[in-house]
Amino acid sequence: MRKPVPQRSPRFLLLPLLLPALLPLLAHAADGSDIMQKGGANPAAMPCITCHGTDGKGMAAAGFPRLAGLPEAYIAKQLADFKAGHRENAVMQPIAQSLTPEEVAAVAKAYAELPKVNIKPTPVERPQPGSGAWIALRGAWERNIPECTLCHGPAGVGVGDAFPPLAGQSALYIENQLKAWRGTKAVAATRKTKAVAAVPPSRRNDPNGLMAHIAVDLSDAEIKAVADYFAGLGESKEAFDESQHRLR
Amino acid sequence: MKNAKIFPALLLGAGLLAGVAQAADSTNAPRNPRLDDQTQLPKAPPKPARQQYFQPPADTDIPNNAFGELVRRGQDLFMNTKALAPEYVGNEMNCVNCHIDRGRKANSAPLWAAYPMYPAYRKKNNKVNTYVERMQGCFQFSMNGKPPAADSEILTALTTYAYWLSTGAPTGKALPGRGFDEPPPPKGGYDIARGKAVYEKQCQLCHGENGEGKKVGVTSVFPALWGKDSYNWGAGMHRINTAAGFIQHNMPLGRGETLSDQEAWDVAAYINSHERPQDPRLVNGSIDETRKRYHADDGVNLYGVVVNGKKLGQGVQ
Repeated sequence: MRKPVPQRSPRFLLLPLLLPALLPLLAHAADGSDIMQKGGANPAAMPCITCHGTDGKGMAAAGFPRLAGLPEAYIAKQLADFKAGHRENAVMQPIAQSLTPEEVAAVAKAYAELPKVNIKPTPVERPQPGSGAWIALRGAWERNIPECTLCHGPAGVGVGDAFPPLAGQSALYIENQLKAWRGTKAVAATRKTKAVAAVPPSRRNDPNGLMAHIAVDLSDAEIKAVADYFAGLGESKEAFDESQHRLR
Repeated sequence: MKNAKIFPALLLGAGLLAGVAQAADSTNAPRNPRLDDQTQLPKAPPKPARQQYFQPPADTDIPNNAFGELVRRGQDLFMNTKALAPEYVGNEMNCVNCHIDRGRKANSAPLWAAYPMYPAYRKKNNKVNTYVERMQGCFQFSMNGKPPAADSEILTALTTYAYWLSTGAPTGKALPGRGFDEPPPPKGGYDIARGKAVYEKQCQLCHGENGEGKKVGVTSVFPALWGKDSYNWGAGMHRINTAAGFIQHNMPLGRGETLSDQEAWDVAAYINSHERPQDPRLVNGSIDETRKRYHADDGVNLYGVVVNGKKLGQGVQ
């Protein structure tokens, strides 16, 4: 004999319907995930996902960086630096200025909790002089340019809060940042062309000035090559295995 | 931290003139000849203006034969010492940590300036030291480990790499850029408290608040500057004068030549006023005896010296 299905009281059915109505009250605690999806309390703080993607992986082709899995303190510092003008960017500065300190902290934490980039597990091959891999793994010490991996870690996985991951980051974004640290030099007028004024660096937030001199001394071709190299290291199927020694 | 001003001339002694004016201390008991004493060789001559430092060959010049293979193997070991020779490395250091740019950079003790200077007679241990014995000293002290055998594949590969880097360099002639080209001791001495301020501003970001360095998983990224993962009390880098030279020319990484002589000495003193693994030559378990025999006339160092009420040289494990 089949048992009769117990009838739920209509009151229980009402509870799930009521929950969404309570959400705006919780928003006071600055929900990072919510800010990603819907933006900050101030409408000028647009939703992050518009440019950084629903998964936080950015939009590589447009130069919008991956934020998923970046260190919390690093993201928070960048937003503070946009706000203070140490990083100039027409899109990000107004957004950073519109976020409250609580919102900055919440969104930085939420992005840090998203999965880190997976890095190709293949062993590092010996780089060829003149390649992007060469700059990344050997540097250009005749110009006092250390290999990128010396600070950004093996395979550019990122080290601590100050040295963000480069592996799997948008190539265009890396290229743009190196050029932002560099600015452009003035070009003197010739008979046929007008003088071009120097553009000062638009990014001035590298700790201890570690990046600026590197960017100045890299050629455009080297910047592009090294950016492509690191962009190409991301998105393997498996997570980065820290228990294995990574060879230089 | 309390100021610990120590007038350097008191400690400099014959250390900086080692190999020139130092008296042989023949009164001591016989020593293990494997223990390289880390004495400094004569200073490198200054580089004449407009003259380039010696240029080692490029990687593309490595021949594709058995010799070239060993050069590459030596270079791999040089960069990844801990990973590839773990049984001989007791801390988290790799050769390349002190010899920047794979042993190529001038004033970072480049191999092209070291290799052609050996074998060298050193009065302090009263014998002729080969290049291999000098490298064994690196393993024993800077790597706080166990030296590989003189005829081991590891030391043969590292020697081959150094020999190749020295292609075209004159033998037995001190080249500009050799060693760390130490800045002269500052007039008023050094100051550990001032060095701490330099450290916090310039070094801490990478090397950590407690000099512990930084790792990614098992891979060391920024080397430890003191404590158990760093060089021991017998390493050349424990001398403040030596560390000052390395720091001034090479640190912060990629921004060498930015610290003044005073800043370099101060921060070197701060770093080397912390505990690190014991000097493996420890005499009768006594810091004082070890200081007398190995440290008293070895440049400027704080082994066995009381700093802030504590005698340094206790060692850490």
